[in-house]
Parts: sequence; C-alpha cells; structure tokens
Amino acid sequence: MKKRILISGNEAMGEAAIQAGCRFYAGYPITPQNELIAYMAAELPLRGGIFIQSESELAAINMVYGASGAGVRAMTSSSSPGISLKQEGISYIAGAQLPAVIINVMRAGPGLGNIWPAQSDYFQATKGGGHGDYRQIVLAPWSVQECFDLTQDAFVLADRYRIAAMILADGMLGQMMEALEYEEASSFPGIVQKPWALTGAKDRKPNIIRSLFMRPPDVEKNNILLQKKYHKIQSQETRCESRYCEDAKLVVVAYGSMARIALSAVETLRAKKEKVGLFRPVTLWPFPKKELRLSCPKAKKFLVVEMSYGQMVEDVRLSLESFKEVVFYGRSGGGVPTEKQIEREVFKTLNIKL
Amino acid sequence: MSKNYKRPDSFYDVPTHYCAGCGHGILHRIVAECVDELGIGEKTIAIAPVGCAVVAYDYWRMDCAEAAHGRALAVATAIKRCQSDRIVFTYQGDGDLAAIGTAETIHAANRGENLTVIFVNNAVYGMTGGQMAPTTLLEQKTTTSPRGRNVKTEGFPLKISEMLSLLEGVYSVERVSVSSPKEIFNTKRAIKQAFLNQVEEKGFSLVEVLSMCPTYWGKTPLEAAQWIETTLSGYFKLGKLK
Repeated sequence: MKKRILISGNEAMGEAAIQAGCRFYAGYPITPQNELIAYMAAELPLRGGIFIQSESELAAINMVYGASGAGVRAMTSSSSPGISLKQEGISYIAGAQLPAVIINVMRAGPGLGNIWPAQSDYFQATKGGGHGDYRQIVLAPWSVQECFDLTQDAFVLADRYRIAAMILADGMLGQMMEALEYEEASSFPGIVQKPWALTGAKDRKPNIIRSLFMRPPDVEKNNILLQKKYHKIQSQETRCESRYCEDAKLVVVAYGSMARIALSAVETLRAKKEKVGLFRPVTLWPFPKKELRLSCPKAKKFLVVEMSYGQMVEDVRLSLESFKEVVFYGRSGGGVPTEKQIEREVFKTLNIKL
Repeated sequence: MSKNYKRPDSFYDVPTHYCAGCGHGILHRIVAECVDELGIGEKTIAIAPVGCAVVAYDYWRMDCAEAAHGRALAVATAIKRCQSDRIVFTYQGDGDLAAIGTAETIHAANRGENLTVIFVNNAVYGMTGGQMAPTTLLEQKTTTSPRGRNVKTEGFPLKISEMLSLLEGVYSVERVSVSSPKEIFNTKRAIKQAFLNQVEEKGFSLVEVLSMCPTYWGKTPLEAAQWIETTLSGYFKLGKLK
C-alpha cells in the first residue's frame, strides 16, 4: 500500500534505512543531522535492530565495520566534522571490502565552520577522504523523496559490491520537510548471501575480515581486485538527470539541493526564451562523465554551481576534456547561491548584458 | 598410553613469527586451549589487534576480524550485539587498549558489553620497534624515551585495569603473568573464567597479562621473565582487581 507522509530529510533517511533492512546503527550527535540519530534511537530497537550512541565518530564507524563484518546491514550518519573523523574507518571498510552506508548531512567548513548547509565535502567524499587507493559510491539526493529512495539504493549497492556507499546530503535537505511517498514492501530490497561474514566457523573454514596483507604481492593483489570492482561500478552505476539539455547552448551543472535552486533559475530563463539546461549528477562517484557529454550535444558553455568554492567543477572539466568552456560560480560557509545569482551568472557566461 | 597433552584443535600446526622468549606464543596457545575446553570454537569470533599479534588468525582456527588500532572493542561490541549467542573476544596490546583505544576501552567496559578482553601488557610497543607504551615503567628506556621514562614529561605508567575495576559496568578484572609455569597455569585459569563469564552472560571481563618482550627490553628470554617477577609486577600488582 502506498503511503504519503510529511517528513524531514533526516528522518526520511532513517526510515528508508530501516525499511531497507538496516539492523544496526551507531552514531554520535552533530548538527544538522540530529533528527536522524534520534529517529534511529526511537525506531530501530522497536523494529528488530540495534541502536548504539557511540562514544565517538571513530567508535561509530568501527561499530559499523563490526556489524557489517557480522553480515548485518549497518549504517552511521554524521555531518562534515564527524565524517572527517570516520575517514580511517572508511578506509578499513574499503580495504576489507565490507558493505556500509554512511550519511553525510554536510555543513560548512573548514574546521568547526558552522551548521549551515554546504557542499564543501565533495572532494573528501569522491576522491577518498582516508588513506589508500579506494573509492566509495556517492549518491546525492535533491529532495526528501530522494533522501529516502537513494538511502534504500545505497544498501543494495553496498551489498552488491561490498563497498561503502555514502549519501551526500546537506543541512538544507536534512532539515526541510516535504511530502514523501513510499510503498511498504514485504521484503528488503537486494538481499544477498554473505558467506564471508563472521558468524562462527561452524561446518566451514574460518572467515577473516582483514585489510592487512603482509606478504608481497598480496596487498597489490587486493588493490587490483578493488580496482576491478571500481571499474565495474564506473561502467554500470552512474546516475544523472538532465532537463532541457537537448537544445541548450548553456548547461548549468549542479547536484543536491543546489540543483533544485538551479532548476528554478533554468526554468525562469527558459520562460525568457534562453536556451539553458540543467545537468544533475546523482552519483558523484562514479561521476556520469559520458552522460554529461552525450546529453548536452549543443552546449558550448557549462556553468557549474556549487555550495563550495569549486570542487565538482574539476570533474566537469575532466569529463569535458577541455573541449568546452567551463565556468564556475559558488558560495560556501552558509551562503547559498540564489536563483537570481545563478541567472546573473548565466547571462554573464553568455555575454548578455543585463 | 594415552596422549593427554596435544596441540589444541583451535591452534594451527604452524610456527609463529614471534621472537624467542615472547609471551604471545604462550598466550595464543592458552586462548586456543580455553576455547577447545569450553567447546566454543565454532561460535567464537576473535578480534585481532594492530600490533605484533595482528596475524593471530594465522594461528587460531576461528573466525577473526582485524580492527584498526585502538578500535577492537568498538568492532567487538557490534559483532556481539548483532549475534549475542556467539563468543566474541579481543586480544589487545598496551598501546592499542590503553593509549589510542582508551575511549573505546572505557566505554565498552562502562556499557558492560558481554565481552572477553585479553590485554597483553609488555610495557613497550613491539611491532613498531620498541617505543614507549602507556604502561612503560618510569626510567625504562625505549626508542622514544631514550633517557628513560620521565614522570615530569611522560607521566606515570597507566594502571588502566585499576581504572576499569572502578566502573560499575565491569564484571571482572584480573592481572596475571606468563613469566613462569606457575603463572602460566594461573593465567589459563583466569582466561578460561573470563570466557566462561561471557558464556554465562555475566558481562565485561578483562584479563591483563604481563608478558615478555625480550627483544625490546634488551634482555635474554630468561632475564625478561625474571624482570616481570622482580620489576614489572612490582608496579602492576598481580591479582584479582574486581
């Protein structure tokens, strides 16, 4: 039966996790994601799961490592400074090939920054915030509905590839309330067998969860295995959305809540007969490179708008390989580019005098 | 004639990588014997530390997870909570449990997690080459306390077992040693009891084991065992703390 409720992004991610079969959550309070940890504390123990308020972010991510190692769908959530603390654990999760879902409700940095929305953790999320050659899947919702849907998908992808999947949301998405529609499913999505899990070595050889390989060339072998997996994900799991891009001369590229604002600007400009489109990556890693090139055949210029001082813009430039003009506009530290500012930047990029 | 002393089933028949006179080999065997005698091998999950014993899974025939340095008790907490009918234990050194992992240690203990902790205190960092540990004695020389541990700059050796014994959530804390056959027997008794406590759902049980590191103490194996009896156990008193 279809349900329609009014809910915040933070709570929607919590509900999505539980409905996706998440049965272990550990977290540490930090604004602006506190509704999520509170939701898990309230709901998870009543619905067959385990909730732990850990002593630190380090403990939280390592508890997720343990729970996932035991074969359980596990999640942690935090906001930027807390996600920085989790990076060591994420690297170990990558090395040991464990599935895990990590939610980052981004706030402004660097340092303690402030609690306002930002997109300045893009590099950290997509380029590997911890040590070693590793990747994680990064999904960027732009609505409360997508906070729900992508969190569910994150569990499926994490299990399918034995990889960490991060939801890269921001304070605006976490805090705002919108209508959410979902189908109450009778089973969890994408359940897979986990013969590698630590359940006690009964009638089988012992299982080991490890990222240490002392004998050369074993760690190189593990890295080659990881790279193969990453290539497969790059070829199969990119997601994006394009609006008004087919005939657009200029394409605005934005993700997450920034793309919502950018869409309003694009639609206002379309009403003024300007051939402007919006390209929105949904997976930030893998970045939809090919799709960006193919879905904007007429575009000569690209305007990247972010709540940062220019992070995703580097991936846009790499995707377009210097064949197109790429311009950037961004604010961060609590400042959010407005619809008017985006329109002004579009006119500036098109050399149209206002 | 019956064979009544054999290699435990939970202990692979391979040579260990440990130095001559190191306590880890003795302790690994004790753990395997206890697991066998309690008949829990098929449901036991070990957490290997960062330190010399990181590859303990090369010696123990049981499921095993590595944990990041200091995080063994966070990992163990989650594995046990997700499968309360399994037996989960951590095997951690002094740096792991009492320096970088102090927060995880204290909070897992304070939550009263039903876990068994084997805390190997050899007063030095072995794997990284003999640096100062939180449990390094005053005036003890290491590569990072080359003039001897100075109380004014490095503080006192940390009595973390005494600290843990004050916590209401903790069920049992005991300090033992592997410096002589007598102490080895006593250590086995204590470790077996700590596993039994978990089987009986009594709660958090920790056994601190004073163990030899001849290589980084600059001693022969015999001198190292004697140093535990004459010096190390003078500061870290053996016995039941809780």
